[in-house]
Amino acid sequence: MERIPILQMGDFLLVTIQVDMHDQLALTLQDDLSERISRTSARGVLIDISALDMVDSFIGRMIGMISGLSRIMDAETVLVGMQPAVAITLVELGMTLPGVSTALNVERGMKLLRERAYSQ
Amino acid sequence: MAALQQITVDALKRSESQLAVQWHADLESSGATRNLKPEDIRQQVADFLRLLTSALEKGGSVNITTAEWDEVRHFLEKLSSQRALAGQDSQQTASFIFALKGPLFAQLQRDLADQPALVAEQVMQISELLDGLGLHTIRTYQKSREAVIKRQQEELLELSTPVVKLWDGVLALPMIGTLDSQRTQVVMESLLQRIVDTGAEIAIIDITGVPTVDTLVAQHLLKTVTAIRLMGADCIISGVRPQIAQTIVHLGLDLQGVVTKANLADALALALRRLGVTITKAV
Repeated sequence: MERIPILQMGDFLLVTIQVDMHDQLALTLQDDLSERISRTSARGVLIDISALDMVDSFIGRMIGMISGLSRIMDAETVLVGMQPAVAITLVELGMTLPGVSTALNVERGMKLLRERAYSQ
Repeated sequence: MAALQQITVDALKRSESQLAVQWHADLESSGATRNLKPEDIRQQVADFLRLLTSALEKGGSVNITTAEWDEVRHFLEKLSSQRALAGQDSQQTASFIFALKGPLFAQLQRDLADQPALVAEQVMQISELLDGLGLHTIRTYQKSREAVIKRQQEELLELSTPVVKLWDGVLALPMIGTLDSQRTQVVMESLLQRIVDTGAEIAIIDITGVPTVDTLVAQHLLKTVTAIRLMGADCIISGVRPQIAQTIVHLGLDLQGVVTKANLADALALALRRLGVTITKAV
């Protein structure tokens, strides 16, 4: 079955979404990620969606839920590389993803993650 | 409906060059040829008469929507769009056709002087025909003018949303004019694209040039701010004039956590502080 790889970098987990998300893939990612966070006791999660150029309300909600569950498991989540079209779509859908941290690219996302995770 | 008699068509054909001269003179005196080149007019006059007679010979009736009139209609469409681009008004464009009536009627009266009843009938028919052609000219003229206006509107839309770089990592968007949904869309798209292209961390939206802020405009602003945040950049709104601040408060609008500043300078100062840049005066 198709899965989205979750890479570990030190205390952080890196999720790069390179394919078009479909609903099952998003659900699998949610399961895998929560499993990995608890196994590695990661301090932060970085989700790179720069290759994602289309979202629907379900995927938008999944992104919100993934970052919500990471926060509950004490891992900061940063969403990076959102495309303009995706941002506009989410806003038009009324999904403003409150509470989700965002950054322009992976580099800035990692910087933000380090600041957040180690300042606690 | 009685069609044009052969005798009229013959008269038209026989005196084509004469008519052209007379018509051209009438056009000149009525001022319909202003800003146009004389040789162009002469050419158009000759072309139209040629097309008109050939259409009539093919058996064209007074109804100009039939296939016989295709060429004439195309000619007039081209002509009126040229006139529209040359800046002529609709009256000047329409007079091109209507000015033909005078010379043509005079010619008919001369040719059929002994049959007044026939003249009257033929004049009616020709009048109807030329009116139809004239109205067609005006309609296409109007269409080309509308196309020009539409193009200008689009250009204005593009021009009114320049995204400027203020500093390394700071973009500014001076908004001028009313914010409607279409403009917000264009603004949002161009600003977000520039953020991706330049990797800017802070975007400043300056609303000094926005005349009024109502609930709808505020909603559009909030959408833009949220989209920018989702992309991972920060947004500052500057240029909130006292009246606008009052309106926002009176309307009870909630600019949830949006950073607002009174002017662009303050916003830039804040942006630089966030970037960790300090500016000092050289002694």
